[in-house]
Amino acid sequence: MDPTSRAFIENAHAGLANPVLRRALGIAGTGFPARRSEAIARLPEFEALRDAGKAIKDHTIAHLDFYLELYEKNVAAAGGVVHWARDAAEARAAVLEICRSVDAKIVTKGKSMVAEEIALNDHLEKNGITPVETDLGEYIIQLRHEPPSHIIAPAIHLMKEQVTEAFRAAHTDLDPDRAITEAPQLCAEARAVLRPKFLAADVGITGANFLVAETGSSIIVTNEGNGDLTQTLPKVHIVVASLEKIVPTLEDAATLLRLLARSATGQEFSSYTTMSTGPRRKDDVDGPEQYHVVLVDNGRSAMIGGEFQEMLRCLRCAACLNHCPVYTAIGGHAYGWVYPGPMGAVLTPALIGVAEAGHLPNASSFCGRCESVCPVKIPLPKMMRHWRERQFAQRQVAPVYRSGLKLWAWVAQRPALYHALVEIKARLLGWLGARRGRFRTLPLAGGWTEQRDMPAPEGRSFHALWAERQRTCQRETGQ
Amino acid sequence: MSARDDIIGGIRSGLGRPALSEAAKGGLAARVAAHRRNLVPARAASLDAAGQVRLFVTMAQAVQTTVVRIASDREAPAEIARYLAAENLPAELRIAPDPALDELPWAERPLLTVRRGKAEAGDAVSLTPCLAAVAETGTLMLTSGEATPTTLNFLPDTHIVMLRASQVVASYEDGWDLLRTRGALPRTVNFITGPSRTGDIEQKIELGAHGPRRLHVILIDDAKTGRRK
Amino acid sequence: MAEPARVALLVTCLVDLFRPSIGLAAVKLLEAAGCTVDVPRAQTCCGQPAYNSGDKGDAKAIARQIVAAFAGYDYVVVPSGSCAGMVKLHYPELFADEPAMRERAEELAARTWELTAFLVDVRGMMAVAATCTQSATYHDSCSGLRELGVKAQPRRLLASVGGLSLKELPGAEICCGFGGTFAVKYPEISGKMASDKIADIAATGADCVLAGDLGCLLQIAGKLSRDGSRVEARHVAEVLAGMTETLPPIGAPRDSGRNG
Repeated sequence: MDPTSRAFIENAHAGLANPVLRRALGIAGTGFPARRSEAIARLPEFEALRDAGKAIKDHTIAHLDFYLELYEKNVAAAGGVVHWARDAAEARAAVLEICRSVDAKIVTKGKSMVAEEIALNDHLEKNGITPVETDLGEYIIQLRHEPPSHIIAPAIHLMKEQVTEAFRAAHTDLDPDRAITEAPQLCAEARAVLRPKFLAADVGITGANFLVAETGSSIIVTNEGNGDLTQTLPKVHIVVASLEKIVPTLEDAATLLRLLARSATGQEFSSYTTMSTGPRRKDDVDGPEQYHVVLVDNGRSAMIGGEFQEMLRCLRCAACLNHCPVYTAIGGHAYGWVYPGPMGAVLTPALIGVAEAGHLPNASSFCGRCESVCPVKIPLPKMMRHWRERQFAQRQVAPVYRSGLKLWAWVAQRPALYHALVEIKARLLGWLGARRGRFRTLPLAGGWTEQRDMPAPEGRSFHALWAERQRTCQRETGQ
Repeated sequence: MSARDDIIGGIRSGLGRPALSEAAKGGLAARVAAHRRNLVPARAASLDAAGQVRLFVTMAQAVQTTVVRIASDREAPAEIARYLAAENLPAELRIAPDPALDELPWAERPLLTVRRGKAEAGDAVSLTPCLAAVAETGTLMLTSGEATPTTLNFLPDTHIVMLRASQVVASYEDGWDLLRTRGALPRTVNFITGPSRTGDIEQKIELGAHGPRRLHVILIDDAKTGRRK
Repeated sequence: MAEPARVALLVTCLVDLFRPSIGLAAVKLLEAAGCTVDVPRAQTCCGQPAYNSGDKGDAKAIARQIVAAFAGYDYVVVPSGSCAGMVKLHYPELFADEPAMRERAEELAARTWELTAFLVDVRGMMAVAATCTQSATYHDSCSGLRELGVKAQPRRLLASVGGLSLKELPGAEICCGFGGTFAVKYPEISGKMASDKIADIAATGADCVLAGDLGCLLQIAGKLSRDGSRVEARHVAEVLAGMTETLPPIGAPRDSGRNG
């Protein structure tokens, strides 16, 4: 999808003003943290598992060349094919070629953020192939022609009224008077409408939560069963996954799986955690005849060895989104691309450039809640700060801020001057603000006062008062 | 240069080193071959066999799996007939083409229509065996194969699973070890924890999104016979 | 109580300009805890605004100044979790590539404490002599909470304040939206976060909201005032030092002098 991250402030404004979004995020913002917290309370080893998960990921990235080569060898041994894609264009081309090779008309899709990243659906449609999203949330937003707003709950920004509207508009061969206002009715309708699509699909495309080097397998973690129907029924199963999804062994996958569902939805384990290895076997009576893995780089290898390498540990659990006060205020669309919230603030500039995505790492109060809930302990605020350092060094910061900061820093390195100026400011603002105790407006402070009053200073600086106190003490002790 | 070479080269240059030495690769290969377990929670691992079975039942029921215990597999057709009637479901069943299931006394339930094979559109209820059950989270482990088509786990509205108590293991790691004893990996390994569900509409959980809305486990108490090797 | 200790107070730039009473309250509490308190004059700011804006050069220069100014004291105490966190966690990171300076920063970090954590965890203070017949609720400032583990200590001391009824704040650990320059660069988002915090505070029915960071308190008090709320805002040090009778709350008119 084309990024709109440059318009972050306008997008955030629209999000803040949207009453449907406010209600929807209100539900999500309380539910997810509570459920995660309960799940963790039931597992005493959770903290230790975070360290174990971090270690597995760090080890894998430090030896990623070895594990990718081992993975490919084992995919091939199981009868599958790995297609290496340096960028989005190569990934799209690889998927299209496979689809064309079997004359595919309909393609079912399980939820995949990297498929969004490479803008796969548009490309298939332009080439005469119909992609059908089957995850309920993805299906709803596909009908509404909008991007996902959350990496595991794509339609989280909607209330059920919007879903009803979308279904009435799209499912025109059903009785227009049918009752579909409640969630069970909407789910039943989606199930009924999508079932024939599953059965008719020529190709099924899924993402992967993990790729296991030891066995050449892909693992998907879902709840609906759509991913499984997508990858089992059609003749061809294509996995689209980025490089850093690799883990060394099945045991390593088990450790990370213990972290994933708990961090994402507060479940002990997802309803369906499925491992696939190659196409159907000789004696199988169902399953795909072909198994392909499109392995996508698209900027990941460039992150290795730099300040953002730790971001490659990300499990895409969305715990950081769910606990972020900025995300839960503005929603995912404000971030303008595929990956919102704190993980999006770090990853998006790495993938599409800081010129486009510059607002994202700046729109953070560094509260640190994201890092505290990350199952693999990614230091998200630190990496957002690294982006800010790059912007400052490259003079991408607005001149008024840059020069204001430089001036302030210059004075701050001269304590005598600084103290004198602070005392003047304290006296002036203290005097002006004494009667009311606060300012409704203040020159040069429009950014502050548009949203809140500015409390007035007490009228003296601490250093001035302290110096007076010291002089008084000295006089009293006769020094 | 191929895309593969470019990507691998990019990774190596990021890591600041060339390709690993044969010795280093050997070390990593040995690490993979050893597939050591990382920390396994004590929750199930600290229990004895009977405790693990009880834990499996508790965890499974917590995610809306229904569990019924019977003394021997001979009682399964009667239990299935009872279950379908109680759920107001038609007395029809698609069973996995597994010789062990074939041998059940279906003749005792002549009103139960039993078909065999992979799932077809329109099948309402399936019956499958499973490889193991993980007590830690109430999770069933099923594998694809000639006798166990994967579609039986997903297409029908109701999925019934036959599980012997001796198949209950503590952790996923125990499941991996079991899988490794059976030769080459199957196409599909399903870890199933409860029926299909979604929270995509206002975060309210609805069962039966695309997969089965009912998951029913028939647990055969073969504890007296001890764990099978 | 523990042995006498030489403490240097890191005032913080916000306390210095806006509310010196917090600094004086900190001194009073430290002296009650058996410390002698100095205020090195060669301090201006901890450098966090520059650091969080990506200006490492200026952040380092200001940090060097602090490291030098606070040498030689047994402890450095700060009435702010974010400034204490800057010194304790981020100074060593800032000088990661300068081994000599890094060592000095680590040495300083080991001696630096947020005020309430110092009083309780280092000086073993269990109670204060203050009274304050109000109900209050406490907001956990993010840096103090997540960087320094400040959570139980202020509550322990507040529990000993005579007449004070402390109500737990729902979402106490959720950011108030200050975040330094974030509050002025993204004012609408910051304002929304402030509104949510005010709503949580109102839900407790408390007369007064307390916190350990003046940045948070300026944000919260500014929003309370804009909304015309009667809820007061104070730094926890003011309450613990028994100053509430004579010191108007944050943002209140100074002429009246009495709190409501």
